Amino acid sequence: METRVDSKKDTWKLGDHTFTSRFILGSGKYSLDLIRAAVEHAGAQIVTMALRRANEGGLANILDYIPEEVAVLPNTSGARNAQEAVRIARLAREVCGSDLIKIEIMRDTKYLLPDNYETVKATEILAKEGFTVMPYMYPDLNMARDMAEAGAACIMPLGAPIGSNKGLCTKEFIQILIDEIDLPIIVDAGIGKPSQACEAMEMGAAAVMANTAIATSGDIAAMAGAMKLAVEAGRAAYLAGMGSVRAKGGSASSPLTGYLRD
Amino acid sequence: MSAENHINESILNDEIREHQRENRIDHMTYLPDMEDIGSEVMDKVIAEMDRYDYDSYTEADVRRALVKESRSLEDFKALLSPAAMPLLEEMAQAAQAETRKHFGNSIAMFTPVYIANYCENYCIYCGFNCHNKIKRAQLDEAEMEREFAAVAETGLQEILILTGESRKKSTVEYIGKACQIARKYFRVIGLEVYPMNSDEYAYLQTCGADYVTVFQETYNSDKYETLHLAGHKRIFPYRFNAQERALMGGMRGVGFAALLGLDDFRKDAFATGMHAYLLQKKYPHGEIAFSCPRLRPIINNDKINPMDVHEAQLLQVVCAYRLFMPFASITISSRECARVRDNLVQIAATKISAGVSTGIGEHGDDVADRGDEQFEISDGRSVNEVYHALESNHLQPVMAEYIYV
Repeated sequence: METRVDSKKDTWKLGDHTFTSRFILGSGKYSLDLIRAAVEHAGAQIVTMALRRANEGGLANILDYIPEEVAVLPNTSGARNAQEAVRIARLAREVCGSDLIKIEIMRDTKYLLPDNYETVKATEILAKEGFTVMPYMYPDLNMARDMAEAGAACIMPLGAPIGSNKGLCTKEFIQILIDEIDLPIIVDAGIGKPSQACEAMEMGAAAVMANTAIATSGDIAAMAGAMKLAVEAGRAAYLAGMGSVRAKGGSASSPLTGYLRD
Repeated sequence: MSAENHINESILNDEIREHQRENRIDHMTYLPDMEDIGSEVMDKVIAEMDRYDYDSYTEADVRRALVKESRSLEDFKALLSPAAMPLLEEMAQAAQAETRKHFGNSIAMFTPVYIANYCENYCIYCGFNCHNKIKRAQLDEAEMEREFAAVAETGLQEILILTGESRKKSTVEYIGKACQIARKYFRVIGLEVYPMNSDEYAYLQTCGADYVTVFQETYNSDKYETLHLAGHKRIFPYRFNAQERALMGGMRGVGFAALLGLDDFRKDAFATGMHAYLLQKKYPHGEIAFSCPRLRPIINNDKINPMDVHEAQLLQVVCAYRLFMPFASITISSRECARVRDNLVQIAATKISAGVSTGIGEHGDDVADRGDEQFEISDGRSVNEVYHALESNHLQPVMAEYIYV
């Protein structure tokens, strides 16, 4: 009999791309020569990369360090509005030869919070141009609906301010997106430790992305491996169907409906 | 010695003392061509700097500031106070944690390229000042091509274009041409040129420049007046508002610095930080960068000055900038030696120059009329050497952090 948690059958899709790994690895903030080891330990099939870091050859070109077998997911970081994100996305398609694009639009250098309104606009333009659009956003249901309507391939809500390692500060709102949006929900930004990645997956997220949690750990490859295990555990738990958690104490068998049997 | 009278005497000579006695134009009044944007930022910064009594802060204030997650102007004041000096190790550790959180182990690399050294200012501490009898030069377009190509050959993708401050010799159009040529070779272009009006910054942005750095030198306008005796630079408020005009003109980022040691460095560092803080608040998309140049204390001077900026004080300022604005870029100049720079990039600095020459046309080989240099550098390492020094310290050199869009 087939189990519900067979990872080979448990695939998910982004546009025309199918994946089995549900952990998306960031590549910023740590040494380029550690990317390969991190990818291997994470079992990652997708690695994100800031296009602004991709050189045309020369020194420290990040594209030279990302293993060939993984999908490169370029992001538009550095864009301050939809127009700039669109231009960076078009460049990214040329440089990376892929239709995947993660939209990051920030107009605040202090908190780096995504600008949802501009992100909707960029999503619409890029989806029409045939990109597989992955918008990074602040988890707002109305905006997520607009992004879905505009042709997004998934929704990428933040768990906490980027780089903060604070975990799922926006948990309630991410749950609403998971419940209401018929697209993969990928929790991006804020995941600081494996237990938080696991929790996001238990909630029903399609995948989790992390960068700073790994980059600032003591052993990058080992932490990438720990994230992989946590994501798999969370996914298996979600598929198994989570047991309910009682607020306090045990539960009487049927305190309200017992009268039906009297 | 009081803050009022403090001056680093290495910059004075009899000729300068003579000039200082002459009548000079009012340094607080705009000249006719200068755009007045009517900003409130300067008054706020100066008032707060004047109120800043750094001796009133205690070790407990510093400790409180260190454990906070986000730090206020009051915390910044405590971190810059003498009370923080015994806590430098704790400050450095907290600063390092912030740096790693925001930048990981990435260190951006760039080099300054001086395309001219003509100058109309009379800044008594500067090698380019108009009374200094140095060899002046300006690269023409063909020379710029050669110079930029030679720099690009080293692997760098970001440059900082500098001119002396002569609007007549290095016109806005000339600087624009330099940006257009540099765009062929580099991904990121910064400018460190004379302050200009917002429409001129807008023009240079369309030519390919993304960043503007202007050193205020000192935020004490009375002291500023005695150091900048002539030229456009003498007009204190026009220089102060340069970063705001640059942001209004569409520049992505702006850089700030006081030349630490010209005046009371604690007040100057405070004003530098607050200036950046207020502009980021007003223009939240603006990238903020700090530079930390210092006048070295005079060696063997019998008057030990409490306001001298030794390596420990420099570290204090760099850490205070990082803790106050964790997301800001901090550049560490090649005026500092390799030992200091290699350590500061492990603590709080996120940007380092390499292969530096402050003369004119020294990167390309066949530029005939080379101009003299602005100051002597202490770290003459090549791009390759700095790159490998970063790597051996487990830091990741980054050649370009931005895309010009």
